[in-house]
Amino acid sequence: MAEKKSLGQEFSKGLIKENPVLRLVLGTCPTLATTTSLESAIGMGLSAAIVLVCSNIVISALRKVIPQKVRIPCYIVVIAGFVTVVQMLVKAFLPALDQQLGVYLPLIVVNCIILGRAEAFAGKNGVAASALDGLGMGVGFTAALVLMGGVRELLGAGSLLGFQILPESVPPMTIFVLAPGGFFVFGILMACANKLAERKGKPKATLGCAGCPMAETCTVADKAACAGEKEEKDA
Amino acid sequence: MSDTTIQNMLTVSASPHKRTGDTTRGIMLDVIIAMLPALVLSVVLFGPRALVVTLVSVAFCVLFEFLSRKAMKRENTVGDLSAVVTGMLLAFNLPSTMPLWMVIIGDAVAIIVVKQFFGGIGQNFVNPALVGRIVLMASFPVAISDYPAPFAWKIGAVDAVTTATPLAQFTGIYGAENIKNAINATDLPTLANMFFGVRGGCLGETCAAALLLGFLYLLIRRVISPTIPFVYIGTVAVIMLIAGKGNLMFVGYQLLAGGLLLGAIFMATDYTTSPVSFKGKIIYAVGCGVITSLIRIFGSLPEGVSFSIILMNILVPHIEHLTTPKPFGTVKQKKQKGEAK
Repeated sequence: MAEKKSLGQEFSKGLIKENPVLRLVLGTCPTLATTTSLESAIGMGLSAAIVLVCSNIVISALRKVIPQKVRIPCYIVVIAGFVTVVQMLVKAFLPALDQQLGVYLPLIVVNCIILGRAEAFAGKNGVAASALDGLGMGVGFTAALVLMGGVRELLGAGSLLGFQILPESVPPMTIFVLAPGGFFVFGILMACANKLAERKGKPKATLGCAGCPMAETCTVADKAACAGEKEEKDA
Repeated sequence: MSDTTIQNMLTVSASPHKRTGDTTRGIMLDVIIAMLPALVLSVVLFGPRALVVTLVSVAFCVLFEFLSRKAMKRENTVGDLSAVVTGMLLAFNLPSTMPLWMVIIGDAVAIIVVKQFFGGIGQNFVNPALVGRIVLMASFPVAISDYPAPFAWKIGAVDAVTTATPLAQFTGIYGAENIKNAINATDLPTLANMFFGVRGGCLGETCAAALLLGFLYLLIRRVISPTIPFVYIGTVAVIMLIAGKGNLMFVGYQLLAGGLLLGAIFMATDYTTSPVSFKGKIIYAVGCGVITSLIRIFGSLPEGVSFSIILMNILVPHIEHLTTPKPFGTVKQKKQKGEAK
């Protein structure tokens, strides 16, 4: 485990430094699939954030009760419970959004950001820290999705939230609402996030083991080796 | 490792060494010269607008190359002329009526995204000009399939007279019972017109004669090896001979139509994105030919040259890995049992 962080840091690390999509590269499938328009990106980001915060709190509270060997199924049950709640609410009050998100809404159950945070953070830390971690990650996820959804809808359809922004005479670049355009935007945003994280944090910020969902089962004997290796390559 | 240590490792001193005069700039200049006949013919066929598209494309490719090298604080590589080649190739792959701002977007994708994001010349994993074309094709399908009829510019009706490309006209012929009747029933340009480029199409791809002249020049100057173009075109010819039930007219149209010659001569042979070994080149070129033919015959798009080359570009590292030549005198290592791959 990395050094102890203050509660504020637990929240803010999810925004850029350990942004789940752009820095940890988790949950890329819903990211690429639901960012064809700004509206569905916001819907997806917020739904996942709500589930993330709730499941982090519950899992953190139950962390001493859940047996080590069956923790993953337990986490999934908790997450699935919250996803079902969110899904029913969306179906009831925002049927249009439900139509847009389609299968990706129930698929939040197996979203690796949520499971990753449960495994890497909530299962080991207190309730308050876990809630803030979930909130930070959720906001980071939503922000990344909103950025991607905004860029893709603006360039690919010439509109934002359904309102026409670019003049009708400019034909939009359809490729941005298709999968390849999604990858283009994703890659460029990742590069920007890396640049930002590098500038903000220590020189050549490394992710360390805290944010790594594989930390538990990691076979690298020397935990500092991960960070050291990366720095060497960068040098 | 610092540059000086690499330099020391690579420098073989003592005894006078003979050096060839080959430079990147020289090779790129040869490619540009080889493309000039096709450019001249495109201006004859599609009017000054073809020249405008090409010049704008070249200018913006060079500009984007300059700016992105500057922004990334890297040594400037505008002088190697590779951006000029990319700009010309991209323009050759577009119809002469393409709006200029779209051409500029294509240039930006080709140079900034495909070439400079991956490290510049020699580092791109696919052909920049082709990705530029494909992005434009996926984004502006209407504008990019607006092919002016040849010589339409002379009667001053550039926008009004558009024409279907021979490959688009071919859609009905592929599955026909009697290929010969089907060809005769379709209003195709004559084969001679096809050879000299009097047909609809992208501005640089239509004139087979000019492209072959460029090919000859590149072969004489030893800029490219003939393996890839011959195997690529040969594969398409064989498949089309089968698909056309032995009809030679069918094969002739297939070889002269679309961007096959332009792709096989100028784009599939790009050093960075084609295999080095002879065996690898053959696998690569056969793959290009098969995918091109399959897209033409079965795909929903009339032409598949750009997609086939891109797809095979992506496979090149694997092809190289499979066809690493055995150093002379060595014994092939036996695979250990249970060895991890």
